[in-house]
Amino acid sequence: MNPNAFAAAPVASPHAHGGGSVARTMRHVQLALLPATLHGFWLYGWPSFLLWLLTILACVGWEALALRLAGGRRVGAVLHDGSALLTGWLLAMTLPPWAPWWVAVVGGFIAIVVGKQVFGGLGQNVFNPAMVARVALLVSFPLPLTQWVAPLAQPAPGFVDALQRFLGGAPVPDAMTSATLLGHARTELSRGVDLMQVLAGAPPSSLSWLGERAGSFGEAGALLLLAGGGYLLAVGVIRWHAPFAVLAGLAVPAAIAHAVDPARYLDAGSHLLSGAAMLGAFFIATDYVTSPSTVPGRLLFGAGVGLLTWIIRSWGGYPEGMAFAVLLMNALTPTIDRCVRPRILGRDRRGRPLDLPPGSPRQ
Amino acid sequence: MGILTTFKDWFGNDWGVHPDDRKRPAADAAVRVMPVPERLWLPLQQHLGAPARPVVLVGQRVKKGQLLAEAQGAVSAPVHAPTSGTVAAIAEITAPHPSGLTLPAIVVDADGADEWGERVGCADPFALAPDEIGRRVAAAGVVGLGGAAFPSSVKLAGAARAGVATLIVNGSECEPYLSCDDRLMRDAAAAIVDGIRIMRHASGAARVLVGIEDNKPEALAAMAAAAASCAEIRVCRVPARYPMGSEKQLIQALSGIEVPADSRPADVGVIVHNVGTALAVRAAIRDGQPLISRLLTVNGGCVVAPGNIEVRLGTLAADVLAFAGGLHGDGLGLARRLLGGPMMGMQIPHWRVPVVKGTSGILALAADEAAAGDADPCIRCASCVRACPVGLLPLEMSARIRNDALDAAAALGLADCIACGCCAYVCPSRIPLVQYFQHAKGELAARERARLRTDATRKLAAQRQERLAREASEKAAAAARRKAERAAQQSAAEKLVQGEPA
Repeated sequence: MNPNAFAAAPVASPHAHGGGSVARTMRHVQLALLPATLHGFWLYGWPSFLLWLLTILACVGWEALALRLAGGRRVGAVLHDGSALLTGWLLAMTLPPWAPWWVAVVGGFIAIVVGKQVFGGLGQNVFNPAMVARVALLVSFPLPLTQWVAPLAQPAPGFVDALQRFLGGAPVPDAMTSATLLGHARTELSRGVDLMQVLAGAPPSSLSWLGERAGSFGEAGALLLLAGGGYLLAVGVIRWHAPFAVLAGLAVPAAIAHAVDPARYLDAGSHLLSGAAMLGAFFIATDYVTSPSTVPGRLLFGAGVGLLTWIIRSWGGYPEGMAFAVLLMNALTPTIDRCVRPRILGRDRRGRPLDLPPGSPRQ
Repeated sequence: MGILTTFKDWFGNDWGVHPDDRKRPAADAAVRVMPVPERLWLPLQQHLGAPARPVVLVGQRVKKGQLLAEAQGAVSAPVHAPTSGTVAAIAEITAPHPSGLTLPAIVVDADGADEWGERVGCADPFALAPDEIGRRVAAAGVVGLGGAAFPSSVKLAGAARAGVATLIVNGSECEPYLSCDDRLMRDAAAAIVDGIRIMRHASGAARVLVGIEDNKPEALAAMAAAAASCAEIRVCRVPARYPMGSEKQLIQALSGIEVPADSRPADVGVIVHNVGTALAVRAAIRDGQPLISRLLTVNGGCVVAPGNIEVRLGTLAADVLAFAGGLHGDGLGLARRLLGGPMMGMQIPHWRVPVVKGTSGILALAADEAAAGDADPCIRCASCVRACPVGLLPLEMSARIRNDALDAAAALGLADCIACGCCAYVCPSRIPLVQYFQHAKGELAARERARLRTDATRKLAAQRQERLAREASEKAAAAARRKAERAAQQSAAEKLVQGEPA
C-alpha cells in the first residue's frame, strides 16, 4: 500500500453527511402535491392539465433564461434542484383551472424573474414567488383570474378542443361557470343577503369533503392537500408549527365570529376547506426561504398568516386573502427572525452568561 | 424519553442529530493487542498545553515506562517510553493534524525485550492524600482520553480546590464508528469502577454519575453490575444522540445543571472525565504505570477487519492499519483518512502519522461514507437551527461570515460554537458550515492579537512621549533653577562689591 496515495486538500469536519439534499426535499414536496393535482385533473379535465404543464414549463424556462443572462455556469445543476418546477406547480395550484396560456407564461415570469431571480436566486427572495405571481396576476388581470369553471363540467372538452380553448383564450362559457364558496358568500353578503339564506340555497356539494366544487385548481382537493401535508410532516420535510398556526389563526377567529353572528361570518369548517387554506398552511407558509427559521418565529408567522387571511376574507376587498396574508407576513419575516432567536446554552435570552446556580463552589 | 422530554422536543428542544452510528460489527469484535512495532514516534506535544521537554539523549537506552520528556509549565504532560529500546533520534514527524505540518518527536527503536523500568504502585490508593494522587497522575502523563487530551491531574487538582460535588464519567461515546470506550466498559468494567473511585477520592466529589448512551446495552449492563456495590456511583442511561458526549450537554443531561457560558464545569461543582481516563488513572496509581498505550477503534468501509486494537503510543497509523488487516483493494476506494470520529475527527494527509494519547480512532472512509459534493445556496430550511445543540443560528452566522461581517457573526454567538458539526451534517445544501465558523474564529483571534499588539505599541509610544516631555520639562526647570541661582549669586556679588551691608 502506498501510504501517500490520494493526498488531497484537507476538508473540515464533519466528514459524514446526513444525506439530505435540496433536490430530495423538492421531490418530497412534489410527491405530496401529486394526489391533489390528479384530483384536479379529474375535476377539470384537459384544460387544467395544459395549464399545469405550461405553468411549470414557463417557470423552468424563465429560470434557465435568467440564470443564463446572469452568467451562471451551473444552469443545468441549478435547474436540477427542482425549485423552479415546484414554484410553477404551486402557482398552477392557485390559478383558475381553465385560465388561458398567457396567464401561465406571464405568471411564470413574475414568479421566477420578478419574484426570485432579481433578488439573487434560490434562497435570496423575500417573498414567496408563487404568491407574488398569484397576487400580481389577480390585480392585473382580474377577469380571467376569477372565472371559475364548475367541477366535472359537461360537456368535458376533449384534448384538441381543450388545446384550442387554452391557446385561443376563449372565456369559460357561462353555462359552465360557477362561483367559489367564498366568492359566492361575499357577493351575496354585499347584496345584503345573509349567509343563512345563502348557504341554505347552495348545493350541498359546495362543502363536500370530496371537494367537488368550483375554485382554483388546487382548491377542491383540500383534504388531499391535507394528506400531502401529513406526508411532508412524516418524512420531516416540514414541521408542524407553521401549518398548525396558520390553521389555528384562521379557524379560531372564524369560529368565534361565526358563533357571535352566523348570518355575517362563515363557519370555521368552510374557512378551512375553502380557498387556499390547506395549500397555504402546508405548502406556502412552510416555504423555507420566506418563513422564519425558529420554532416560536414560525408559530408567530403562521398565526399571522391565518389571522390576516380571515380578516381579508371577512372584511377585505377580495373574497380570498391567503396570498395577500402570506406576502404581508413574508415582509415581516426578517423582523421576526431578528427578534425571535433561540436562547444560547449557558446564556439568558439577552445573551448574557447565566448566573451560577445556588450552592456552586465559585459563588 | 419521558413525556416532558417529548413535549420539549415538540417545541424545538430536540438538539443534536442521530447519525447512523456504524459502531458494529467493530464494537462486537474482541480486542486485539498489537505487538510493539520496531520503531515508535512520540511527539513531545500529545496534550493540550505546553509541549514536554526531552530528558533523554540520542543513543541512550531506555526501559519501558521510563520518562522521555518532562512536563513544563502548569498545563502540560510528560511522555514515557512505550517499550524498552534505544532513543534513535529526536526528529520531526507529521503531526496528527490536517495541516500535515511536522512536530518534534522522540524516536524509540524497540529492542524486543519490552522490559519494564522501575514502577511504584500502591495497594491502597484511598490511603493516599488527594494531592498525592494528583501528583502521581501528573507524573504518569495521563490526559483526557476522550479526544481533548487535557492533562487529567490539572482537572483533578482544580476540582479538589473548587470543591466539586459531582464527578461525571463520560461513557457516552457519541461519535459514530468509534467503540473503544464501549469495548473498555464491556471488558474492564470492574477496573473502570476502581479507577472512578480513585478519581472520586482525588477530586473530593460526593457522587458519581456515569453516562452511557442507550445504543450500548452491553456496556450499560456491565458497568451497572460492576458499580452495584458502590452506592455513590450511579450508572445512567442517556439517549443516543450526537453530541451527547460534549461536556456541557452531558452535564445537563445527567445533572440538569446548565453551565453558564463564561464558566467552567468546576465552577458549578462538576467535573467530567472519560471512562478510558479512569482506567489510565487506575493503572497509574495501583500499578505505577504511565500512559504508554491506548485502545483505539480501526473502522470505516475500507478497513478489511474493523475492530478495537490496543496500540502502543507512537505507533504509526500505517502500521496499525496493516495489523488490522489492511485496506480493501490496497486502499483503492479510499475517500478519506481520519483520526478520531467522522463528526469532529481530523483528516490526515497520509498514514505515516503516529498514534498519540488523544487518538480514539483511525478511520478509512469509502466514498459512499464521506461527505462530499459542491455546496448549493442556502435555502434557509433551518435544519441547522434545529440541530444546533447550543441554540445558535448557523445559517445567519454563515451568511454574515460570507460577507466578511465577522463582528456580526460574533454578535450572534460564534464564540459559543463547539464545532460539533451537527449543522453541516444536516445541511441539505452541503454548506461547510464548520469550516466557515473555524475560519471566522481564527480570523477574529488573529485580529484580537493584532489589536492587542497595536494597543501595546500605542501605549509604549505614549509612554515614550510622556517620558520625553517629562525630561524636557525637567531639563527646562533645572535650567531655570540654575539661571535663578546664577542671578542670585551675581546680585549677591554685586551687593558685596558695592559694599552695602548684608
